[in-house]
Amino acid sequence: MIDHALVEKEKPAEACGLLAGELGEFDVKAVYPCANAAPPEKQDVIYELDPGDHLRADREAQANGWEIIGVYHSHTHTEALPSPTDIAQAPDASWHYIVVSVRHPTAVVRSFTIADGNVAEEPLVLERPPAR
Amino acid sequence: MPVEVRLPTVLRQHAAGQSSVKANGTTIGEVFEDLVRQFPLLAGQVITEDGSLHKFVNVYRNDDDVRFLDKLGTPVADDDVVTILPAVAGG
Repeated sequence: MIDHALVEKEKPAEACGLLAGELGEFDVKAVYPCANAAPPEKQDVIYELDPGDHLRADREAQANGWEIIGVYHSHTHTEALPSPTDIAQAPDASWHYIVVSVRHPTAVVRSFTIADGNVAEEPLVLERPPAR
Repeated sequence: MPVEVRLPTVLRQHAAGQSSVKANGTTIGEVFEDLVRQFPLLAGQVITEDGSLHKFVNVYRNDDDVRFLDKLGTPVADDDVVTILPAVAGG
């Protein structure tokens, strides 16, 4: 997520992707980076997760017995907090919403739940993915 | 013959908790009409009041986004899988 955010920052654009895991648990089993399908001139301030990438991520998650349990995206110029747009457009009250801020030299990553416009931060522990 | 309709987590609460349901129709629009007949709580979740596809969802016939086909008029056949996913966006 952080690497994806740092790469997209250079464009500059917001990075986005989906999180898979067991329903009802916040234990991310897979991270699926997705394309930002927003108009190029707006990608530094908004993201629109590519619908084709979403379908592929959903299928891959299902094939592993998981569900999509959340989404991450980056903020290139603001802090790691859900923006009013993020809150207004949050699609699923059961999801986890991770925001990666690459505004400062060190990335800041925070996670939230967003239900009916109510935002609550939740504990997040990051683990380095296994080497491939 | 019915087609399989896969529902995202956010809509399952309106369909007795099921992740996949069967619905009849020869087009995406007819399939959704049948879906709402079976699960009235889904009314308004996928189709707007004026009868068009809701902008907050993406609908696929197999691998294809129906917005790039014939939207609700997109034909469906036996063994097709219709997938509904939320449109995910933010700022």
